[in-house]
Amino acid sequence: MAIQPPPPRPSPIAPDAPLAPATERKELLVRLYRQMLAIRRMEESCAKAYSQGKIGGFLHLIIGQEAVCTGSVAALQPEDYVVATYRDHGHCYAKGGSARAILAEMWGKKTGISRGLGGSMHLFDAAHNFLGGYGIVGGHVPLAAGVAFRNKYLGDKRVVLCFFGEGSASMGPFHEGMALAALWKLPIVFVCENNLYSMGTPLYRSLSIEDVSMKALAYGMARDRFDGHDVLAVRDRMAAAIERARELCEPTLVEVRTYRFRGHSMSDPAKYRTRDEVEEWQKRDPVSLARTRLSEELGATDEELKAIEASVRAEIEDAVKFADESPVADRYLDFNYAEDAARLDQSGETR
Amino acid sequence: MPVIQYREALNQAMSEEMERDPSVFLMGEEVGHYQGAYKVSQGMLQRFGDKRVVDTPIVETGFAGVGVGAAMTGLRPIIEFMTFNFSLVAIDQVINNAAKILQMSGGQFKVPIVFRGAGGAAGQLGAQHSQSLESYYVHCPGLKVVMPSTPYDAKGLLKTAIRDDNPVVFIESELLYGSSGEVPDGEYLIPFGVADVKRVGEHCTIVAYSKMVGLAEAAADKLAAEGVSVEIVDPRTLRPLDLDTIVASVKKTGRCVVVQEGWPLCGMASELAFQIQEAAFSWLDAPVARVTNEDVSSPYAKNLEALVMPNPDKVIEAVRKVMYLDAPVADRGEA
Repeated sequence: MAIQPPPPRPSPIAPDAPLAPATERKELLVRLYRQMLAIRRMEESCAKAYSQGKIGGFLHLIIGQEAVCTGSVAALQPEDYVVATYRDHGHCYAKGGSARAILAEMWGKKTGISRGLGGSMHLFDAAHNFLGGYGIVGGHVPLAAGVAFRNKYLGDKRVVLCFFGEGSASMGPFHEGMALAALWKLPIVFVCENNLYSMGTPLYRSLSIEDVSMKALAYGMARDRFDGHDVLAVRDRMAAAIERARELCEPTLVEVRTYRFRGHSMSDPAKYRTRDEVEEWQKRDPVSLARTRLSEELGATDEELKAIEASVRAEIEDAVKFADESPVADRYLDFNYAEDAARLDQSGETR
Repeated sequence: MPVIQYREALNQAMSEEMERDPSVFLMGEEVGHYQGAYKVSQGMLQRFGDKRVVDTPIVETGFAGVGVGAAMTGLRPIIEFMTFNFSLVAIDQVINNAAKILQMSGGQFKVPIVFRGAGGAAGQLGAQHSQSLESYYVHCPGLKVVMPSTPYDAKGLLKTAIRDDNPVVFIESELLYGSSGEVPDGEYLIPFGVADVKRVGEHCTIVAYSKMVGLAEAAADKLAAEGVSVEIVDPRTLRPLDLDTIVASVKKTGRCVVVQEGWPLCGMASELAFQIQEAAFSWLDAPVARVTNEDVSSPYAKNLEALVMPNPDKVIEAVRKVMYLDAPVADRGEA
């Protein structure tokens, strides 16, 4: 007989922390709605640029999943760290990366956030403690635990958010990173963005237990699990896990259910799922949900919303123009070794 | 000058650097309470405490990755692999993360980390515990690879490795841990990319590193009795490589044998032979010869393992070959 999983455990830190006054909630949601919309528009501009041949290689869009990275990062302090996967555009932007530098990176330009050396999958932003997008599934999980080790070693109360998909959850490095974080009580939140498909393989064909947060039980680690379409709910639930990391120096594994509206990458027509299924999930579009909530619950006017949308449009149009007009990347031999990079820095060459 | 063991020299290097810089820490299996699987870290837990001498469970990928994350955010980890055989389960962290992060980030994040531990065969340990894997790491841009042959080199190079701002793969040797040599009191550093001429000679250059230097010296002693004078060049660091010193020696002697433990295909010896012939073709009186392991996994039986490994007799044979000493006079290029 198959072993039945135990029922989900309530989070030890109350997820229903007292809500801030409505004006503060509105201010926060306006900010998060704007971020999500900017990510959405940025991703749409990437899809267009890809079809025009301006972006090469692999391109993994986050459309549909914006609330997870946006809500999670909203619960961090600026000095906290984020480590992400190759689906990293939204995370980088939410952590503070500029749309100009992110798009210029994908365009392969000198002004790119990684000087055109990383591309879509490897955005890095030292100025905002965004520690990169990584292309080997699960391989960044121990690395993120190492950043948490650094935080505990130096005792500066910083927290790490480590994002990954449910496809990572069977990889060895995922378990080794979890094992050490739990053993050493490291200040980290492991955030599983469970979008139901690891590339084209659905949950039921990839995981024996579809609730990824259950993996925490084997490590004696706190866990949480919730829907990832309401950005404020994501922010509040994540805040509890982040507080556990910061104040108790304990890790948490969080599974957030989400859904990507596009294929795994631009080359994936996503024939493994039905149009009906996608349309059903699109009813819970996090960007639309936030807009509706702003206008219906928090009293945002049409003018306010249109102003946000206009400013996002201007920002992304400007970023596309910047990426288009930037010079192509030129340096590629100066970053093999730190001394080469230092020499370049001393040369005073600007990007 | 004090004479100490290779393992003590490594211990001194780590301890001095940990005294000097609080961001340096040592992490690995059995490095603390057990005092080191090979006693390299003996006494360090007592001296520095368990915050800085960190025992891990058996999770090479886990603690190698922890080291990379800590290094890119300001610490200077020394990650010990009990042996480099076990680094293979963590090689993704070394190649895909440590070596690439500076480049992928356009120079934003450096990764000052040392991966160290024992490499090579150590006496009937069988196929999975007897490997020389340096060429896996030398192959990869972004890494530096160091293989010291003496206690003096081990200390000076490890201190340099810990201070280096790049990922350094530092491969020691189980069979050298107990070897002794002169190591001065007080601090000294040996720069990377500077080869050391371990013996000056006239007739043939032997390029050897790590444990193979001892083999080359044994061979050179025997050859000296025949009147053959051998020069031994130890590159000490394989990446960066001091080709100039090697080539200067080859131009002087006109002949070269490269000795390397490990398999022949795509090995360090092949690379050295290529670079030497490219730089000194006109000075060579014979093709560069290699002495390496046989092209098989290491067998357990003592007699079979001995057949597979380089030894002084194989080195002597190679030197005689490049000097045409066993060949008819007509083939010596002297006619």
